[in-house]
Amino acid sequence: MLPAAALLLLFLTYPLGLGTYLGFTDAKIGRAGQWVGLENFEFLAGDAVTQLALFNTLFYTLVASVIKFVLGLWLALLLNKHIPFKAAMRAVVLLPFIVPTALSAIAFWWIYDSQFSIISWTLVKLGIIHEYIDFLGQPWHARFSVIAANIWRGVPFVAITLLAGLQTISPSYYEAASLDGASPWQQFRYVTLPLLTPIIAVVMTFSVLMTFTDFQLIYVITRGGPLNSTHLMATLSFQRAISGGSLGEGAAIATAMVPFLLAVILLSYFGLQRRAWQQGGADK
Amino acid sequence: MNYLVSLPRRIVTVYVPLAGFLVVLLFPFYWMIVTTFKPNEELLSREGNPFWVKNPTLAHIKKLLFDTAYPDWLWNTVLVSVTATFISLFASVLAAYAIERLRFRSSRYVGMSIFLAYLVPPSILFIPLAAVIYKLELFDSRLALILTYPTFLIPFATWLLMGYFKSIPIELEECALIDGASRLQILVKIILPLAVPGLISAGIFAFTLSWNEFIYALTFVSSSEVKTVPVGVVTELVEGDVYHWGSLMAGALFGSLPVAVLYSFFVEYYVSGLTGAVKE
Repeated sequence: MLPAAALLLLFLTYPLGLGTYLGFTDAKIGRAGQWVGLENFEFLAGDAVTQLALFNTLFYTLVASVIKFVLGLWLALLLNKHIPFKAAMRAVVLLPFIVPTALSAIAFWWIYDSQFSIISWTLVKLGIIHEYIDFLGQPWHARFSVIAANIWRGVPFVAITLLAGLQTISPSYYEAASLDGASPWQQFRYVTLPLLTPIIAVVMTFSVLMTFTDFQLIYVITRGGPLNSTHLMATLSFQRAISGGSLGEGAAIATAMVPFLLAVILLSYFGLQRRAWQQGGADK
Repeated sequence: MNYLVSLPRRIVTVYVPLAGFLVVLLFPFYWMIVTTFKPNEELLSREGNPFWVKNPTLAHIKKLLFDTAYPDWLWNTVLVSVTATFISLFASVLAAYAIERLRFRSSRYVGMSIFLAYLVPPSILFIPLAAVIYKLELFDSRLALILTYPTFLIPFATWLLMGYFKSIPIELEECALIDGASRLQILVKIILPLAVPGLISAGIFAFTLSWNEFIYALTFVSSSEVKTVPVGVVTELVEGDVYHWGSLMAGALFGSLPVAVLYSFFVEYYVSGLTGAVKE
């Protein structure tokens, strides 16, 4: 117990408190800061780049999470069927999730290259477009490009964890449903989905948390550009704190993420509690 | 009830979408491999078929291994990952056992807080941790990474091991207690042998997590000889406006291979670690 407690206190709880404290100071790298109260937050609230980063983060999280959920659930349902090489396929599907994100992000960077992009090449040869797409040069192109990379990385996680949930559902429910004449869609809607809801809530909480605080993909593929259009809160706080040296300001941005994260956690926690109660579970 | 579904229908509803998923999910890896072996003339030409290599070359790999600090980064990554994993496992075993079996007051709350700690993302922690690292004068050393990686490994590994320890019947321990075994003996001689699968899961998972770690390594280390592979490739191989895509992709490929190979040997353990970690 002790070694874990010591390490966690020194390197987790203490920094968490220190981070919040730093958010209220004007600390720079190598210089302890003065207490400045809410000054950092006031400055950031009026800062156009920070506002843009907040918008980007919310947009990125919302779009990527919804698509990851839909595709992940679909993939999980496909993998849950009787198919040849099931185990091998499941193993292969997880690959994007286990290799270092920073490294696969470089591959995406190359795939999105403005002059030699393989996607552009294919589309041009197919006659769908005539000019190479400038994936990372235009704000909206860049946003959707990084979202696509995030989805690519996140779908395996959602799919494999939901698959584990699917496998715990007893086949006898489906037998009963099909005897009652339920169509495949009805089976999915009234058997699969209700039984899967708890694990969906947990998986999506994780997925949203990871997406919201994403750093690596953005840092590697766009560094926040073009024109700060892909900056997320995490990359912006890195830029301000480490590259720019204003530890206090960066810490304030990081601290500003905490309420959002807490909201997501509480939402899923109370959602689960309410469900358990509706299904006859005891009050906790 | 698969026999009720005809084969053509199965092909359209199952195999085609599945194949689509696999192609998209695996394409970036294929692209990494192809780019690694492509000579520059083919890389920077829009003619011909880019999906295949006409004259494979080892030049990019040679450049990567002999003209850059890549071998150093590889060695650093191995060193840091292995050490951090073992420290975390050791601490987690003790913590998980204490939370699960020693009936001290508020052990439930400690368990909860471990779970919450697991949810704290590194991108919130790196700034204050950087301040701590400066203060401890560990900046730019491997030790900085070895000490900070456990912050995300221990909560995760503890949470996973708590689940495993819970599944071991407490009667076994009671017998051992009656036979006069101490708590430590129980842990070492009874619990640990039974929890080997859990230890492997936690170990594999922790190892890949630290191998893949990026933001701490980017922040706490600045000289080339102590960098890890992901950071080294991203910061050192990208020079100016001319991108050496061949060696970049080779670097990405060799940085990914070790975890991929390790993972392929322990798929089941990894998946059970992943799903176990998400379970409430």
